[in-house]
Amino acid sequence: MKSKEKSCENTLKVSFESLSRNESLARSLASAFMTQLDPTVSELADMKCAVSEAVTNCTVHAYKNTVGTVYMTMKAYSDRSVRIEIRDKGCGIDNIEEAMQPLFTTDPDGERSGMGFTVMENFTDGVRVISRRGKGTKVTLTKKLSSLRSDT
Amino acid sequence: MEFKSADAYFSQSRGVLKCTIRGEIDHHSAKSIREEIDKRLRDESPSELVIDMGGVTFMDSSGLGVVLGRYQKAREYGIGFSVPRTAPAVKRMFDMAGLERIIKYGEENSNTEKTERRG
Repeated sequence: MKSKEKSCENTLKVSFESLSRNESLARSLASAFMTQLDPTVSELADMKCAVSEAVTNCTVHAYKNTVGTVYMTMKAYSDRSVRIEIRDKGCGIDNIEEAMQPLFTTDPDGERSGMGFTVMENFTDGVRVISRRGKGTKVTLTKKLSSLRSDT
Repeated sequence: MEFKSADAYFSQSRGVLKCTIRGEIDHHSAKSIREEIDKRLRDESPSELVIDMGGVTFMDSSGLGVVLGRYQKAREYGIGFSVPRTAPAVKRMFDMAGLERIIKYGEENSNTEKTERRG
């Protein structure tokens, strides 16, 4: 089957400081943006969780011991897919493959689970990470929402 | 003013320290929850720690850190540990992480009205 070219139907760009209290703000914004597409409760919960992980990485890793700006761009497409890009201008990730391993953590006290990227991968349909040392990191999360039910 | 998205309530009966967490557990709120539980463990020397997570409306991997860290603490103290109630937001994360291999946790509780709320 030949798929139709998808087009971007809506975009929201926000930026905020990498303060830990903005983690809940970020996922609430993602949730509000996605609500327009009438997602299921589970799809919404999945994406909120993935966004929370990505933004936490900016607070904890990218801007460790400092506060920087987190840029979040959300796009909704005609095929009911959502793409959320979370970008920082922080320290970057040296070894992306290692960072994405389940249970990998830089936390010596073991108080963080090291499951951030695993959660993002499990709860979305795609995670792409681009990073440059000293320049920053861009995490792109995509999720295809299920078709709208006709009986509603 | 410190913004808090989750609260921890404590009670102790016959040596069992029960901590009830309500709200959203993320990296921001995890810190104070962790510190409050650890302080109680130190000060009250319970024989068992029970964490009730039936009232948790959101949880990311920071919550796994809180639970696994407290499980470790309980082992260090040589006391019991369990999570008898888990809200859907908690259970999906526990299931994903394969926590059933190490921790005893309850099924979804009856807070079904919460699962239908969006946003």
